[in-house]
Amino acid sequence: MNLSFALIAFLILASAVLAATRRDLIHSALLLVGNWLGVAFFYLWAGAEFVAFAQALVYVGAISMVVLFAVLLTRRTRTELPLLVATRDRVVSAVLGGLAVFGVLAVAVLRTPLDINPAKPAASVSMLSLGQQLMGPHAAAVLIVGVLLTVSLLGAVVLASSDADGKGEAP
Amino acid sequence: MIAVTPILSVATSVSEWMFERATHSLTLVATGNDRFLERFPLLLRDWITGHLPESLGWLAVSLLAIVVILAAFGLLFAYLTLAERKILGRIQNRPGPNRTGWFGLLQPFADGIKAVTKEDVVPREADAVLHFLAPVLLVAMSLLGLAVIPFGRHLLAANLEAGVLYFFAAGAATELAVFMAGWASHNKYSLLAAMRALAQLISYELPLLLSVVPVVMLAGSLSTTHIVDAQGGWTFGWIPHWHVLTPWGFAGFLMFMIAALAESNRSPFDLPEAESELIAGHLTEYSGFKYALFFMAEYFGMCGLSAMAVTLFLGGWQAPCAFLEFIPSYAWFTVKLLTLLLGFIWIRATLPRLRMDQLTRLAWKFLVPLTLLNLANAAFWSLSAGWSGPLQWVRWAIAVAVVVGPFLFLGRALTAGVAPRTYRYA
Repeated sequence: MNLSFALIAFLILASAVLAATRRDLIHSALLLVGNWLGVAFFYLWAGAEFVAFAQALVYVGAISMVVLFAVLLTRRTRTELPLLVATRDRVVSAVLGGLAVFGVLAVAVLRTPLDINPAKPAASVSMLSLGQQLMGPHAAAVLIVGVLLTVSLLGAVVLASSDADGKGEAP
Repeated sequence: MIAVTPILSVATSVSEWMFERATHSLTLVATGNDRFLERFPLLLRDWITGHLPESLGWLAVSLLAIVVILAAFGLLFAYLTLAERKILGRIQNRPGPNRTGWFGLLQPFADGIKAVTKEDVVPREADAVLHFLAPVLLVAMSLLGLAVIPFGRHLLAANLEAGVLYFFAAGAATELAVFMAGWASHNKYSLLAAMRALAQLISYELPLLLSVVPVVMLAGSLSTTHIVDAQGGWTFGWIPHWHVLTPWGFAGFLMFMIAALAESNRSPFDLPEAESELIAGHLTEYSGFKYALFFMAEYFGMCGLSAMAVTLFLGGWQAPCAFLEFIPSYAWFTVKLLTLLLGFIWIRATLPRLRMDQLTRLAWKFLVPLTLLNLANAAFWSLSAGWSGPLQWVRWAIAVAVVVGPFLFLGRALTAGVAPRTYRYA
């Protein structure tokens, strides 16, 4: 089991590193999809079947399309690189941003009381109870995530429809 | 030695875990009153795995399932192409392929040899890796979905609790492959066509999934075995309890099939590679075996979606009447699957191709509202399950009205001023 975990972790980390270092944005986007797929594999490894398939369906199927459309429609030519050259400011801000995200995640994980070595394995959550939890106590969270996704989709459309020459309104 | 023990324990725990998963998913307990033909595939599997050591049992069982699915659907693919060409030929008043072997039966193999021996052209400017990966990914993903289809009472490769979700999650990755094919070809037409194909796939994904939701809601499970079991039994011994025989199920089945036609790029929704009007879409820069792989994926996708339709709406492997149960379950499944596939071919020969605007309009303005209404209809059907006596008639009347009324209303509203079309110069 540890071997498969190592493989999955390698897939996630390797695709993330490659995605960050590629110059071609489409390659980066596709590697990012590979990363999401790795996360789905991780859920599957951890026994969360439903979450794994939902992750694959939503991220690999839908979000990837939003990303790819946004990348394709905002560039005029295939070779145009919207990336600026690496300057010291950019490096510093990238490192700071990364550290901030890492800090937030680390604090959140460390603060959560997790039973690392449970005496008995937790009873597997049935799909039915998961659904009741999502539609009952956590309905607000589900709705907020839905609104968030819609906003990001609209953002992608707005990005894509704005004319690069600055003339003419989007149809 | 000390260093070896943890590795060994890990290895044994892995194999035990895998064995549990494999046996859990594959040995659906054969009940005593099963007839021999029903149990025959299981007996054959046990006979084959019996020759192998115990520790390799789970691997052999999984591999056997994969090999059988690959072989069965590979052959089905080969002969579907022949059947399609033959039937299209007959409908268009010509004989179809009849020169290779008796009745043209060797034609698929001739086609296969031709595809393999053709030159594999990769454009100089193309992204070689993605250009190669796209057809491979497409075929792999279209095959993955077949793992959760119960082909018979005991024939199921993976009994997942979220089987239906798995099926559609596997299918969602085909969009990615289409995009990769279009983009990696480094050809304007390929890219434009890939965008067109994506627009179609995304548009029809919605009605496809929404027409499945009522089934999941009524069966109370995402597991394909539960959904088939929920459709077991007969009223008076000859009216099966299939979902297609309820108002919401009938509407859901039709909408599922329309969306499935579009999802598998079949006529009348075959705009992505409309060979006679537009160039071959994202397939423009593909030749030889890679081109054949795209068609293989199309047929696998068609088979997968049809098999899903059979599972969700047509009672899966259940026999239509109680006295016909002596015929093995997998035979019933095959009959239903082939019927749907022949329906696909018939539709291709009958309907003209849609235009892009008609295509998207059909999805967003017609199918999506109707599927949403159908969801409410299924909820009503589930809530009124306790009604009896004359209330049964009321229940049916309301459910049928909710299906037919919006269909007529929306259809009239959308075709106002457009249809019926008159051909003045024809």
